[in-house]
Amino acid sequence: MSTLRAWLTDPSPTSRRQARLGQSYLAWLRIRRNRLAMAGLVIVGLLLLVAAFAPLIAPHDPLVQDLSRRLLPPGTPGNLLGTDDFGRDILSRILYGARITLYIIALVAVTAPVLGLLIGTVAGYFGGWVDAVLMRITDIFLAFPRLILALALVAVLGPGIGNAVLAIALTAWPPYARIARAETLTVRNSDYIAAVRLQGAGAGRIIWGHIVPMCLPSVIIRVTLDMAGVILIAAGLGFLGLGVQPPMPEWGLMISSGRKFLFEQWWVATMPGLAIFLVSLGFNLLGDGLRDVLDPRSAGK
Amino acid sequence: MVFALGGGLLTLALTLLGLLLFTFVISRVVPIDPLLSILGERATAAQYEAARLALGLDEPMWKQFLIYLGDALQGDLGTSIRSRQPVLSEVAHRFPATLELATLGTLFGVITGVPAGVLAATRPGSIADQVVRVVGLMGYSMPVFWLGLIGLLVFYGQLDWVAGPGRLDATYQMMLEFQMTQYTGMILLDSALNGAWDMFRNALSHIVLPAALLGYISMAYISRMTRSFMMNELSQEYITTARVKGMPEWRVVWVHAMRNVLVPLITVIALSYAYLLEGSVLTETIFAWPGLGSYITDALFAADMPAVLGGTVVVGVAFVTLNMASDILYRLVDPRARA
Repeated sequence: MSTLRAWLTDPSPTSRRQARLGQSYLAWLRIRRNRLAMAGLVIVGLLLLVAAFAPLIAPHDPLVQDLSRRLLPPGTPGNLLGTDDFGRDILSRILYGARITLYIIALVAVTAPVLGLLIGTVAGYFGGWVDAVLMRITDIFLAFPRLILALALVAVLGPGIGNAVLAIALTAWPPYARIARAETLTVRNSDYIAAVRLQGAGAGRIIWGHIVPMCLPSVIIRVTLDMAGVILIAAGLGFLGLGVQPPMPEWGLMISSGRKFLFEQWWVATMPGLAIFLVSLGFNLLGDGLRDVLDPRSAGK
Repeated sequence: MVFALGGGLLTLALTLLGLLLFTFVISRVVPIDPLLSILGERATAAQYEAARLALGLDEPMWKQFLIYLGDALQGDLGTSIRSRQPVLSEVAHRFPATLELATLGTLFGVITGVPAGVLAATRPGSIADQVVRVVGLMGYSMPVFWLGLIGLLVFYGQLDWVAGPGRLDATYQMMLEFQMTQYTGMILLDSALNGAWDMFRNALSHIVLPAALLGYISMAYISRMTRSFMMNELSQEYITTARVKGMPEWRVVWVHAMRNVLVPLITVIALSYAYLLEGSVLTETIFAWPGLGSYITDALFAADMPAVLGGTVVVGVAFVTLNMASDILYRLVDPRARA
């Protein structure tokens, strides 16, 4: 253990891999000191575990109805968080709901940043009118109200999980393009890019192989912070009945189904909301901590 | 300065053009045939063709867009399929309710958010700073529709401190519609102007919960930004000078530093105002608030696409205009941004 630590913290690393791992180790040490960020990491880790092992943890099938056991209060033996109006176990539905939430945010996290990276790096690398046109388009999208546009898109495409993801991703990419462009501008004229170009590399290879990696840290921080917003928008679409469709155990949808008897059986609507809040808070805490650790510009503040 | 203003207006025009292009594209890929929903299933082929020509649906796409653009610029956002009323007049009727809610929400956000941010910035790392940070992050993480339900459950259902959904009790609603001059459409203002203080109190007890919830969301954002701006100012040399002169700390913070914090803060407040206009979609559904947000969602479920898109355009225009206005204002107020 101590030899591993010595190897990681070696001030004069002998290989590129050692230097890189050493940097990550130092960053990890800094994150570990940040208690709020660690809390966020634990929550996000829990989400992953719950999503992976939902069938093992959940006490009941999330879809099986039992009308003789409908609307039982929390604390009922066998139904820790109570049951909903179809007699389905709320805890099991929340646990399975983690899969849907994770599915949505994973899809958005791999589409929106990639689109943003592509547009931002191309704009930054080529400059000139390409830059002007692409960034103007980005500005226009950035100035749009996100939720309303997602709403209008889903209204047209029809409700469903795929269309919800598409609508969210289409409204989420502009900030990434901005970030990627800014990072590209700082490295575009550096010597190592010139060296690669002299070796005959084309624009595609330079951008993908040598510029995109430089943009990744700030993009990843932004993705983490954005995931909280994505969860909220997805839940909002679900709540309005425009996202995931019944009987799937999506958290926003579960809240909306509990709304009818809010004052009599409060737990049906409140429990899934707690899950949304917790997961979204986790991503916010983690993203906030990551930014403090990895972004040198905000470190002084 | 004139150049900055011109650039801002050009961006505004381009963004609005983009917004209209977006809604136009959406309206043309919509799987619902607009003619069928206007004419009904039993229209003859001749009627169908006549309507198609009348609506200009036989023209090439770019020409259709220009027609759409021209109509929109003249305030014609189409006709609602459900009510057969022009969308714009329906939206105009609903807008004051949303405006009232968002304004009060922003007011809450500013009143609580700015002092909280200053408090956190003047004692970085302290308990107060941590509390402001966590409360703010919680605001960022809260689904607003869920918070609304909890608020109703606790403050209306259990404690009975506030009135329930809607803008007014039914009796006052009748009074408003039949006995009063509606100057602004904003009930708080209208009832005050009419001297109907009972109604004012009733309206206040209806609006206070949704406005406070929206205010919390905007407070989360405002306090965070205030903290960051204020910390930045407090590290400047002119602040050291002021302190060395022996100026009391409250004066250093609230007069000298605050003047410079206010400049970027204008942008932040305008942005959060714009977000509240948008965020009203979910809040209004919860509180049965007859504003723009519930207009759009109601239209959505009735498959009334002209109303959905018209509402989207209006919210979008308000959003974009606020955005740009704050940008232009910022350039006017901050001499460094003028160059």
